[in-house]
Amino acid sequence: MLIEKRHFLQLFFLLVTIWFIWYAQNHLDPYTVSILNNIAIFAILALSYNLINGIAGQFSLEPNGFVAIGAYVTALFLIPGSTKLDMFALEDPAPVIMAMHSTFLPALIMSGVVAAIIAFILSVPVFRVRGDYLAIVTLGFGFIIRIFAMNNPKYTNGAMGLNDIPSVANLYWCGFIAVITFIVMINIIYSKFGRAMKAVRDDEDAATAMGVNTFWMKTYAFMTSAFFEGIGGGLMASLLTTISPDQFTFLLTFQLLIIIVLGGLGSMSGAILGTILVMGGSEWLRFLDQDMDIFGYHTGAHPGLRMVVFSILLIILMLFARKGLFGNKELTEIFKRVKK
Amino acid sequence: MILEVKNVTMKFGGVTAIDNLSFGVKSGEIFGLIGPNGAGKTTIFNIITGNYKQTAGEVFFMHELISGIKPNIIVQKGIARTFQNIRLFKSMTVLDNVLIGFHNDANYTFFESILRLPRYFSTEKRIKEAAMQILERFGIARFADYPATALSYGNQRKVEIARALATEPKLLLLDEPAAGMNPIETEDLSNIIKNIKEEYGLSILLIEHDMKFVNNMCDRVLVLDYGEEIFKGKPSDAIVDKRVIAAYLGDFTHA
Repeated sequence: MLIEKRHFLQLFFLLVTIWFIWYAQNHLDPYTVSILNNIAIFAILALSYNLINGIAGQFSLEPNGFVAIGAYVTALFLIPGSTKLDMFALEDPAPVIMAMHSTFLPALIMSGVVAAIIAFILSVPVFRVRGDYLAIVTLGFGFIIRIFAMNNPKYTNGAMGLNDIPSVANLYWCGFIAVITFIVMINIIYSKFGRAMKAVRDDEDAATAMGVNTFWMKTYAFMTSAFFEGIGGGLMASLLTTISPDQFTFLLTFQLLIIIVLGGLGSMSGAILGTILVMGGSEWLRFLDQDMDIFGYHTGAHPGLRMVVFSILLIILMLFARKGLFGNKELTEIFKRVKK
Repeated sequence: MILEVKNVTMKFGGVTAIDNLSFGVKSGEIFGLIGPNGAGKTTIFNIITGNYKQTAGEVFFMHELISGIKPNIIVQKGIARTFQNIRLFKSMTVLDNVLIGFHNDANYTFFESILRLPRYFSTEKRIKEAAMQILERFGIARFADYPATALSYGNQRKVEIARALATEPKLLLLDEPAAGMNPIETEDLSNIIKNIKEEYGLSILLIEHDMKFVNNMCDRVLVLDYGEEIFKGKPSDAIVDKRVIAAYLGDFTHA
């Protein structure tokens, strides 16, 4: 293994990111940090969603389900037993719920593992269908998880949700896990598994004719994506300190879909840029909701104007970059092309 | 016999695409499958590669029954194919296309690739070198980093055959390899195919309409018409056979 220029570049970017995370957590105001937290969590979700949707090309609409699973698992692991007894008002918590207790990191890993196991079980029936049908089936999964959470107060406290989740997550947790997610995704893409996933996306029959077991490639992508979506959900739960089934509707999925389509389906660096633009952009446009003076003319407040402008900007962006900002290329690949 | 097709019948609903067909490909032979459009040639390929499940009959590869085995397992057993209409992985480079062929050869696990353990690096280096070697064999090594779709039609064909070779087959199925090529490209391709056949010790089963190409390449041919065998033997005999001419041009005796 030779040490090349790109290794220094990678190290440089990594160090800059780590420095930025440290700087932001210690020096920036809480509002900015909360936005950065949000960006980091959505980056984790977008990266993992991009693996199944963009790289493996399986158009699925399930991340809200896995995020919900992750959020509930982490929350139930973090909340102390006595608090649980007080909180579960509709029904007493099941013994297994009472037994769950751990610190943050094991809780997050458990979130990921549970989501990945459910993804594995799900992949058997789900990958019997392709294309639009897959989207419908996976969309259904998101609904099932929500309805399960609503109707099983023994495990989830029903529609009341879970409160008083210990607030452990901060920008260190969210930021570093986002960095790890990015590295894992890049390592998958530039391996035989990433190549095979792309082959499945481009032409499934041809991939089979090359000896690729397409079912396993899809399942690997699905499980990895579920694992990190679960962890992202766990971070979200600890950051918000309160969760309820209504938080995890398909609107969450669509938000992620907007991010990865904007960044470019199949581009991990695109997913990061998309997250920053969508999450950061909608915060930055907040001034539109407030009173404004344009050339001395007082417009008054128009709540909701922000989302109108935001949508128009998205449409314009998509008109000029049909395949998203980065297409299906990584940032480094785009530079390589320009050099030639 | 490396490949034996025994009494294979394939029905799609009421249509009989293949009717009780039997033939064998000898080891080291180039066997041609010819016939008018819709004669069932590609259907045979799809049956051999496991994409279709035949209505009746059996297929043996190296004396082993391969009917009913999944396509990706059949590839691992040593049958590789190309497609009639080129089906490269469009978003990938030429090199990556060939590397897909090494998918089962590369033996590192999912976690080894995530953690970038030594086996990942050594395996990737090995298969990249092997892929470049194949590309050089086809004279397209200089295009390795190009997007597969940026190549000319003739070169895309070559990439497809190179990709199939990467799976280390013993039997290569070529579906109209010379289709859409000009005479010079066809000449070039037939030389390459003959060379790689010797070099890799392959047997080849090919479908082709270009009779000059078939005459030049094939040791034996099987002529199909409406799923039935109408001629089996030397290609030079096929083109003078009455039934073959009738199948291609129509039967003038009753006209």
